[in-house]
This record gives sequence, structure tokens and C-alpha cells, in this order.
Amino acid sequence: MDALAFYIFAALALSSAVGVVVSKNIVRTAICLLGTLGGVACLYFLLDANFLAAVQLIVYAGGTLILIVFGVMLTSQSPWVVFSPTRGQVVAACFVALLMATGLITLFISTDWPTGPAAPLTASPKVADVGTVLLTQYLAPFEVASVLLLVVMIGAAYLARSEKQ
Amino acid sequence: MLTEIGINHYLVLSALIFSLGILCMATKRNAIGILIGVELVLNSANINLVAFSKYQTGAADGHVFAVFVILLAAAEAAIAIAIFMNFYTSLRTIDVDRGDELKN
Repeated sequence: MDALAFYIFAALALSSAVGVVVSKNIVRTAICLLGTLGGVACLYFLLDANFLAAVQLIVYAGGTLILIVFGVMLTSQSPWVVFSPTRGQVVAACFVALLMATGLITLFISTDWPTGPAAPLTASPKVADVGTVLLTQYLAPFEVASVLLLVVMIGAAYLARSEKQ
Repeated sequence: MLTEIGINHYLVLSALIFSLGILCMATKRNAIGILIGVELVLNSANINLVAFSKYQTGAADGHVFAVFVILLAAAEAAIAIAIFMNFYTSLRTIDVDRGDELKN
């Protein structure tokens, strides 16, 4: 049952990622990204990361993707603006990506993980554990992240304003 | 092998999504397409973090790192799109190959 769910969600995420790469229309690319983000969120549920799955859906699919779609709408006169790369660029990029995929996969499969490849731990962290760790052990990064968000908010508003003096 | 889902399944999936993200970054000429490729790469890293948390450590650290990655991705997207807006207002396009004013 878990295996079937994994394969379904992995296929969703992977096919959407392929759609992101091959689609020429930037609006379709953004919609395919939604499929990948949703598939990855479902995989988080399978991995018992409920809080992270919710954050993925709310912040990524709800916030970042909307931002990207707004960016697409504001930077193209018509939604079907197409710029194609040259054939040489595509061949070189495919070669590099294929090299990376094969290298990473052989590395992952040949590595001997300490607990063995197929032994899920019985105790996986709960939402309360994540909250406790976030506010004790990782308090400093948490605060830095909140300052970063403030800086980004001011910086983005400053950068994006129209330059009419 | 096929019915028992282990850590290798998640790692292979994340390697494939990572490579597709690299491919997306390399082949798109639309600046927002490149940003979408970066999002794919960050998602593949997150899958790895959560899978290791589930199969190796059992601690919440991986989840916390993944939350920070999602936060940084949102911040990065906001700044990147603000820069693209400036790019678009000055050049009337978001084709990254046109942004060559610093060349020579």
C-alpha cells in the first residue's frame, strides 16, 4: 500500500518535473511546477512529515507559486512569449544533466547506509518535536530567518517600485 | 526491492528531480523559467533531508532544515521577481540572453 502510494506520488512529481523542462510556454511551466510541489508534499506525508507537508502546500504552492505566476503575468505582454535555446545549448545541457543523474544515482545505490537501505525507524519526529527543536536548539537560525524575511520584504518592495523620479 | 520502499527510492527520485532542475536552469531563456528550475533543485534537496530524517536519524533536525530551505526559497523568489521586474522595465523583455550590457 505504501509502495503503491510512493510510486503514484513519485510519478506525479517526476512527470510534472519533466513537463516543467519540456514545456515552451512559461505559464504551463508554472502549472507543471504546481504538480511537482503537490507530489513532493504527498511524499512528505508518506515520510511522516505532516508539518512539513502543510508548510510545503501553504508556503510553496500557495505563496511562492502565486508570486511566480504574478511575475509571469507582469513581465510578458502576452502569456505565450517563447524564447528557445539553440540546439547546441540543449545538447550540452542534456549531457550535463544526464551525467549528474547517473553519477548521483550510482553514488546513492552503492553507498552502504548505517541502518541499511530499507529499515524505516519506528519513532519518527512529531510536529511537537519539530516545534521544540525549532525554539530551543535552532533558536538563533530561527531569529536570523525572521530578520531575513523582514529585509527581503523591504528589499523586494524597494527593488520592484517603479523608477519615476 | 520494488514493494519495499527504502531510502534509496527517495534518493533516486531526488537525484532525478535535481537533474531535471539543472536541465531547466540550463535550457530556459526566460528568467522566470530559470527561477522555476532553482525551485526544483531546492525541492530535491528537501526530499533528501526528510528521507534521511525518517530512515537514518529519526530526529526532527531534518524537518527543521527543510523548513528553513522552504523559507529561503520563498525569500529568494520574492527578490528574484523584484529584480526581473526591473530587468523588464529597462529592457522590455525577460530573455536573459539580452541582459549583456556588462559584456566587453
